[in-house]
Formats: sequence, structure tokens, C-alpha cells
Amino acid sequence: MTGSPVTGRTLKRSVPRGATLSPGRRSVNLFMGALITLGTVIVVAPLIWIFVYLIAQGAASLSLNFFTRIPAPVGEAGGGYLNAITGSLIMLAIAGLIGVVVGVAGGIFLAEFPRHPFMPTIRMISDVLSGIPAIVVGLVVYSLVVVTFGYSGFAGGLALGLLMIPIVVRTSEEVLKLVPLAVREAGMALGLPQWRVILSIVLPAATSGIVTGVMLALARVAGEAAPLLFTAFGNNLLNLDPRRAMSALPQQIFVDATSGSDSNITLAKAGSLVLIVLIFLASLAARRATRQKR
Amino acid sequence: MTTPLSVPERPSSPKRPSPNSRGDGVFRNLILGLSLIIIAVFVLSIYLLAKDSLPAIREFGLGFLTQTVWNPVTQKFGAASMIAGTLITSFAALVISVPLALASAIFVAEYAPKWLANPVSYLVELLAAVPSVVYGLWALFALKPIIQNFQLSLYTSNPDLVTRCATLRGEGRSSFACFFMPEAPVGLGLTLAIVVLTIMILPYTASVARDVIRLVPGDQREAMYALGATKWEVISRAILPFARAGITGGVILALGRALGETLAVAMVIGNVPELAKTIWGSTATMASMIANQFGDAQAQLHRSSIIELGLLLFFVSVVVNYSARLIIVRLTPKGIQ
Repeated sequence: MTGSPVTGRTLKRSVPRGATLSPGRRSVNLFMGALITLGTVIVVAPLIWIFVYLIAQGAASLSLNFFTRIPAPVGEAGGGYLNAITGSLIMLAIAGLIGVVVGVAGGIFLAEFPRHPFMPTIRMISDVLSGIPAIVVGLVVYSLVVVTFGYSGFAGGLALGLLMIPIVVRTSEEVLKLVPLAVREAGMALGLPQWRVILSIVLPAATSGIVTGVMLALARVAGEAAPLLFTAFGNNLLNLDPRRAMSALPQQIFVDATSGSDSNITLAKAGSLVLIVLIFLASLAARRATRQKR
Repeated sequence: MTTPLSVPERPSSPKRPSPNSRGDGVFRNLILGLSLIIIAVFVLSIYLLAKDSLPAIREFGLGFLTQTVWNPVTQKFGAASMIAGTLITSFAALVISVPLALASAIFVAEYAPKWLANPVSYLVELLAAVPSVVYGLWALFALKPIIQNFQLSLYTSNPDLVTRCATLRGEGRSSFACFFMPEAPVGLGLTLAIVVLTIMILPYTASVARDVIRLVPGDQREAMYALGATKWEVISRAILPFARAGITGGVILALGRALGETLAVAMVIGNVPELAKTIWGSTATMASMIANQFGDAQAQLHRSSIIELGLLLFFVSVVVNYSARLIIVRLTPKGIQ
């Protein structure tokens, strides 16, 4: 996005040398420039601080144990996050399935059936859903699923999936609309029905963009602990069965960070480092993919 | 943005569907059915939250919004202090974060050369990707000691005020100066929550503002420069007024985030269901209260009151998000959709 013809570069000296500029205007200009730069430094500083802090405090306890052990019993040091890592993977798989099926279908609906009477409603509700606090989604899934079936990985995955839907709808709609109309017309001119045009021509052309959107959505919900508190609940034992309570990385971090036990807090810091690196890598990869595409 | 495409609907006679639209009806209904899940989720959410909070609504009525007593022992629940906590933290965070976010957006779009602008805007986007728990953990173990030290230095430098405030509080009163004097140097509380929230919502305003500032037409800048304006005059009089609709939308989106932010706030605000007595004091927000008490709530009325908090949050975020979209769509000058 550097479309504008006037950038700071071409007009670096906005007032030509020799022109008179009152000292007042000149100093206001310099002062505001300095203030803006300072503001930017303040905005970026916390991110660097968090990263350095987590490396300094958490990297030391990232041993093989962290990835291969489950949390130690109360009062004992050591242990790892194997249960949380597997739990996160399983619940993200469930969430991804829900998010992709409903989200991409919603995106196709908004992009390909723009004259359908339900179109404005679905777009508006999808937009509004993207702003619902994650903890409220957790409450909804609690009374929808947990009240009847108990805490489970399925419930946690469902909560995360519901959070993914609006993000996937939005990105897949935008990407599908980038596919030129001429491509669709070409397909129809060959005598293909609309569903073949969409599934065999439009969707494949938009696949990489949709994958990017799904990755970003997964990265976003991978860090959510709030909706899991009353759905997946957490489990200190290794559990691969999504019908029972499960742990997830952010949720285990929350429990350990607020536990008051020093060894658990160290583990939480190591877990935060792992989580943040994974999320950054995923969004970096997604960003790379989009940039190459355009 | 691309303009909405309209796929021409082929004329099909009702009697004999043309051979090349075979299967279209099935496909359309399948897609429509899956899309209707989105509406179903929305309606179901309202129904379930409303159904579960009915006991609390029946018991407390509108008093739920105005009463500050939240006591699981006596089964009296009023959300006023949590509503106040949510509003205070969110708006304070908004007031601090908007100028900073604008500064970073202007820096990226107008000041920085390209080699610097891309990394900076990427870093700002990463700020949005940091999970809430990680912010909470950082605030709890890196920021809290700093705030504690500051509170201690307030204590040691104003011993007279400390004793005066203690007596005033004993009588249930307060004064303007005491409002800034911590009750105890614990670190946790309103101020720490506001600081964390400020950092967390920065990227939302910043990235929307950056995008709309970049969309301001070059002519707009050139015309102002041609009048001999300095860079700051161009920014403040030609660019920001042009971009204000988009910026307002971004600010409201950030407000929506702040209102619903849960775990980072829950970890640092203290979670006491009462109004903060000082700017440092412990209090709670609606979201932090849900996270903190729902798991332990056994009594039906307690549980139902917490779900009513969720229902309130749901409606507030629907209204906030809807108006943000409305503002972005309506107020954006034509041509920079």
C-alpha cells in the first residue's frame, strides 16, 4: 500500500530552502514530528519488552521435559506441558473444522450470492459476532453443551470454532471477490453450472488467500484461554479423548501463572514463550503468503 | 475494496431447467444452510444467555444495574460496580491509547521511509497477536513490581497524607488527595489494569488509522503542500480531517475490544466486586468477574447473575460493533471505500 504519489520521501523538504517560515511554525512542525516519533516508540516498546522478558525468564526452563512431561503433582517441581500442547492441537483441529466449513460457506454465500435477500443480514451478524467477547462465547457453549455433556475437548473446540467463523467469513469473502468476474463468465460460457464454476474455478483460484485467512484465525484463537475456562476446563493428565476435559496452552498458562507456586510460574513463562513464538510464526507465514500472492 | 460482484443470474424457465444449471439449487441451499448457522449462533446465544439469566432478572430487575452489592453469601447481586469498572478501565485505556495509536499510524504512513515503515507496522500488528494471558502474565510479573515500587515511594514521601487518608477511610470518607494515595502498596488494581488494557487495544486503532491515512488521496496532500504548509500542518489540516471517519470507526472497534477483554484484566485488577476507592484500588470488570467466579458459582442465583453479566456484555458489544461498522460505512468520504 504505497499507492499515494506523495510520500515523505519526495517532499522531505516541504518548504523550499530560502523560503521564509516563521520560527513558530517551524518549531511546532519539529515538535510534532518528535512527538509522533516518540509516540511510535512507546507503542512498539511493550512488544519488545514482553519478548525480551519472556526469553530472559522462560527460555531457561525450555527443556525436553517441557514438551514430553505432564504437569508435576502439586508441591513438586518439574513437569511439562505435554497435556496442554496435545490439548491445544486437538481443540484447534476441531475448531478449524467448524471454522472452515461454516466460515468458507459463509464467505461463498456473501461473495457469490450478493442478491440473495438474506445476504445483508448474514453479513451484518457475522460482523457483529466478530466483536462478541470470547468469554461470552464460553458461557454460550457452556449452557449449550457442557450443561448436558460435561466439560470436554469438543466443547472447547466448539467455542474456539465459533470465534473463528466471523474471521474466516470475512477473509474468504474478500478473497473470493478478488477473483475476476471474467473468470466466472468464462466458466459459464463453457456451459458449466454455477456450482461447478464456484467449486472448480473460483474456489481453487482463491485457495491460498483462504488458507491465509484460516491460519490467521487459528493463530488468533490459539491464544484464547477465556472461552476454554468453562468448556474444556483443563486437565492435568494427558488426555487425547475429546469427550473428556482437556487442557490447552493458554489455559494452562493462566492456571499456572495465577497458582502462586514458583515452579509453576516459571513453567507458565516458558509456555508463554512457546505460545507467542508459534503465533508469531503462524502470522508471519500467513503474511508471507499474502505478500507473494499480490 | 472491490465493488460487489453480481453474478448474472441466467434466465431459466420454470418448466424445463436448462441443462447447465443442474445442481445449482442443491448447491445454493447447501451454502445457504451452512451460512444460516451464523444467524443460528447469534439467535441461540441470545436465547441461551437470556434463559439462564432469567432467575436473576426476575429477582433483581433493573436494580441489577444500579446496586453495587455483590455478595454470594447473602445472595444479593448488583452489577453496578462491575459496570463502572468496565467503563472506567475501557474509557481510560481509550483516552491514553488513541493519541499513541494515531502517532504510530501517522509515523508509519507519513514520516517513516519504507524500510522502517514496514517493520514498524508489522510490529504493531504483532501486538494484536499477543494472547491475553501473555499480557496478563507480563503485567503480573514485570509491571506489577514497578507499580508497587512507585506506590511505596508515594508512601514514604508523604507519611502525613497516608495517616490522614487512613483516618478518613476509617470514617468512610475520602478527599481529593487521598484519591491518589494507594490503600496498600499491592500493585494490583485499577491503574495496572488500565495500563495493560491501553497496550492491548493500541493495535486496533493504530492499524485502522494507518489504513485510512494511507487512503487519503495524494492530491489532498499536494494541494496543502503547494500552499506552503509544513508537514504537521498538512497532517493536521488535510489528512486527519479526511481520515476522521475511519479513525472514529477504529476507535470504537478498540472500545469493543476493551469492554470485553477478560483474562489480562482478570489477572491484574484484583477482582473485588466493589467500586475502586482510589485510582490504584482493586475493583472488577464484568468480564473479569465472569472469568473469576463462574467456575465456583454453585447457587443458582449466583450463576444466573454471572450469566446476566454475560448477556449485558453481549448486548453492549453488539451495539458498539454495529455502530463502528455503521460509522465506517456512512462517514467514509466517497471514493475511498
